[in-house]
Amino acid sequence: MAERVRVKALTPPGHVRAPWYLRGKLGVIERPLGAFANPEQLAYGVPAEEKPLYRVRFTMAEIWGDAAEVPADTLDAEIYGHWLERVDSHAP
Amino acid sequence: MPHDHHDHDHDHFHHDGMSPSGHPYRGDNDGPLSYWQRMEIAVRELMVEKGHLTPAEIAAQIEAMDARSPANGAAVVARAWVDPDFKARLLADASEASREMGFDIGPLNLIAVENTANTHNLIVCTLCSCYPRNLLGLPPDWYKTRAYRSRAVREPRSVLREFGLDLPDDVTVRVHDSTADMRYIVLPARPEGTEGMDEAQLAALVTRDSMIGTGVPHKP
Repeated sequence: MAERVRVKALTPPGHVRAPWYLRGKLGVIERPLGAFANPEQLAYGVPAEEKPLYRVRFTMAEIWGDAAEVPADTLDAEIYGHWLERVDSHAP
Repeated sequence: MPHDHHDHDHDHFHHDGMSPSGHPYRGDNDGPLSYWQRMEIAVRELMVEKGHLTPAEIAAQIEAMDARSPANGAAVVARAWVDPDFKARLLADASEASREMGFDIGPLNLIAVENTANTHNLIVCTLCSCYPRNLLGLPPDWYKTRAYRSRAVREPRSVLREFGLDLPDDVTVRVHDSTADMRYIVLPARPEGTEGMDEAQLAALVTRDSMIGTGVPHKP
């Protein structure tokens, strides 16, 4: 079963590549992509740590609610690991 | 008629607005250089002065960048249509498969997503204008607009209808937002009635938009 994750609903200052419209949204890992230099540091020309990157799949219903054209359509985006929190599917 | 502006004959050399023949002027580059333009010139001249680059190498690189066109991507798609093993390699690792065909795609991390009878893929970059330039050339202007970037993720079916593609609800739309290090190319479904066609004939059916997902290939 695909791993469920939530994009952290943070609003840090500066350059980030976690799109606003996905923050706080629940998705599943579509595939891991390996480690890439953190753009939040690259953007400022400082040494960048490698961070794991994932393709996360969301349903349009999760992102847009009732405004979704077709709820089961999907959106995939690349999200760095430090922007994701694991969601325990067995949580009460 | 736009070319009949005889009442403007007295000011031929007035260069705002329209030319005497009714065409808009493209402004000359008379404004001051921006900070980044000056920075580019300074770095380029230093690199040349210090012997790291020659002007000919820079010109050759610009020419190589301008020479990339959707024909590269179309060749990859056509190969995938005729060669199931290649298609499997393309879907597993599109960068490697493109290199295998001789396309110099540099360090690009490419992912190919396949359209089928019940799945349609659409590519967008909401944050900027990420695009698989090595295989498709420069992105079309609309790809970089705020309208496309915001609407493709929120109402992709409506956007697709404006491109002439009306998808039934039983076809799942999968939108791919290139938010980080990957670039995407759509592997469109092979059109019906193309059984007898060879790779070159098939490649001619593959449009740029069909590889972005805003279109489908030509019919034979």
